[in-house]
Amino acid sequence: MTLADIKRGKDFKIKNIPDDMIRIQTLRMGISEGSKLNCNEKIPGGPVIVKHNYQEIAIGRRLAEDIQIELFTEGSD
Amino acid sequence: MQSCHKLDEINIDESKEKVVLVGNPNVGKSIFFNYLTDSYVSVSNYPGTTLDISSGEFKDYIVLDTPGVYGVSSFNDEEKVARDIFLSADIIVNIVDAVHLERDLFLTQQLIDMDKKVIVALNMMDEARSRGLEIDIEQLKDDLGVEVIPTVAVDNEGLAMLSDTIKNAKKGNKSLSPEMKERLEDISKKTENNADSLLILEGDQYVASHFNLEALDFREEIYNKRRNRVNNIVGNILTKVEKNNSIGDKIGSLLLKPLTGIPILLVILYFLYQFIGVFVAQTLVGITEETIMIGMYEPFIIDLVSNFVSTNSILGKILIGEFGVLTMTVTYIFGLLLPLVAGFYFFLAILEDSGYMPRIAALVDRGLNYLGLNGRAIIPMLLGFGCVTMATVTTRLLGSKREKIIAIFLLGLAIPCSAQLGVIAGLIAPLGLKYFIIYVITIFAVYAIAGTFLNKVLPGKSTDLLIDLPPVRLPRLKNILRKTYLKSKYFILEAGPIFAMGAVGITLLKEGGILYWIQEKVAPFIVGWLKLPKETTEAFIMGIIRRDFGAAGLNSLALTSDQTLVSLIVITLFVPCIAAMLVMIKEQGFKQALMVWLGSWFAAFAVGGIVALFI
Repeated sequence: MTLADIKRGKDFKIKNIPDDMIRIQTLRMGISEGSKLNCNEKIPGGPVIVKHNYQEIAIGRRLAEDIQIELFTEGSD
Repeated sequence: MQSCHKLDEINIDESKEKVVLVGNPNVGKSIFFNYLTDSYVSVSNYPGTTLDISSGEFKDYIVLDTPGVYGVSSFNDEEKVARDIFLSADIIVNIVDAVHLERDLFLTQQLIDMDKKVIVALNMMDEARSRGLEIDIEQLKDDLGVEVIPTVAVDNEGLAMLSDTIKNAKKGNKSLSPEMKERLEDISKKTENNADSLLILEGDQYVASHFNLEALDFREEIYNKRRNRVNNIVGNILTKVEKNNSIGDKIGSLLLKPLTGIPILLVILYFLYQFIGVFVAQTLVGITEETIMIGMYEPFIIDLVSNFVSTNSILGKILIGEFGVLTMTVTYIFGLLLPLVAGFYFFLAILEDSGYMPRIAALVDRGLNYLGLNGRAIIPMLLGFGCVTMATVTTRLLGSKREKIIAIFLLGLAIPCSAQLGVIAGLIAPLGLKYFIIYVITIFAVYAIAGTFLNKVLPGKSTDLLIDLPPVRLPRLKNILRKTYLKSKYFILEAGPIFAMGAVGITLLKEGGILYWIQEKVAPFIVGWLKLPKETTEAFIMGIIRRDFGAAGLNSLALTSDQTLVSLIVITLFVPCIAAMLVMIKEQGFKQALMVWLGSWFAAFAVGGIVALFI
């Protein structure tokens, strides 16, 4: 699944960020492939807000569609 | 170190050691800069860009401030400027947000890997404590191999200690693998310094080409290693005591949820309008422009200058004529622009320092996507309602050339600046709700259609939103005022000379009879197509110089309600003022600026004519 499919409040793990530049940028912000994150908010049709420790990052919807993730804890899917 | 970068073009004393302040965005860097340099500060334009760099003196050092960045590389203009300054540094003071160690220490580790002498200021310790974060500072010092000073900059805590410790800055522990260290030494045989070599190793083509070398492709490997090391350090030194979410977090979440966020945004925009559009643009400017500048200053300066220069000579016209450099230009800049711009920067500084701005960007991202922009473009768009010239300067923060073109075009076309808004509001209010609604819908439709169109026809791809949302904080008045003061000052310094040039140009056009000639040529069109009286032409011509002049020129004409509406739509969509145009030329080049200018003529008259047909 992609980051665009996540539901608010769910924990997940980043599997793959295909774009080189984006991968480098997120790496600098503290997020890399394998990072465990939480979806803090989802603005309808808009950005997905993810939380990593105390840091929140807004990721545009188109970009979120390119980022592969997997749910971290098995909950109701 | 031999300085091979553009930095020597900024005028600073080369014999002194350079202390460079480095940090991620929103870590409070400017407070450190102000503390260290206190009164003596100079600002230089960075060659080849439109960025300004502040420098000042501290003891025997020169202190340089830099744009906030997440790492050292060349992803955008700000990073390129920051990189060049970092490379030239003798000592780096790295300001780190104690709440966001994982993010901030990446930059710290990169600076250490560059083999620079570093000292770390661990800022926002109060916030870390209130969030239940315990940081083992001694351990952090050992791990990084450099001095670490805890600070709470807004309360002046730790700053004295920091400034005493700058001389103890030292090279720290690297994160590079033995293989990378070998490669680095290899490159350093040619570059003679490890900082440049590291960036070449990390694939920085700009630095590589400077030494006639090819950039290498080890960025990802080095970054991953660095990221792992930083994560390990943070795991080592940080203990979390679980605490409930702070009030700031709760507010932050309310600002972001559309259900609560959008109403809050609308209320804030309404306050913005009341503050800028009503209080500053009407009440305050009424005093500064009418009473002080036109009532007192202009008669004084005209009287003074006419002792030496005849008012009827060309020089007299240029200096103290209708568009004089000493009359209209000074009145415009200090009587009108300064209060508006300062008011806007004040409001904006509150939005920035409170952490609200990036949340607005996230909220409006989707809407701006249709126009080929992302949420960050909300900053120039909001500023445009204050002053289009100021907003045009801000488009430099956008991620691609494509976005800059779209934003500048929309600003020039459909965003009325506050100088104009006041006059427009005054003219449209008596006409009643129906006219007001037609006006707003027309302007908004033009904005949306123009953006969508540009998004379709311009080649390339716009960048997506990827921004860090800083915690919601209560802004400090002292910092807000300081920011407002500095930004207003730089704006006046930047726009002032440009506007004076424009004023001279217009005087020459007018004295040469060209202005009159244009007026005669377009008159039939004004009457036939827009169904407006011939005299409105003069208002439009005035609008080329100052947009509010154009709108104010309509005031004195006897127009029907329909005519008022059409002329207001035309004047809103009409060309940006001279100052904005000149800034556009500076930012985008002559060709782009000319296209915006001609496009505005076309859009203004086409839409005006269509509205005239239907009402």
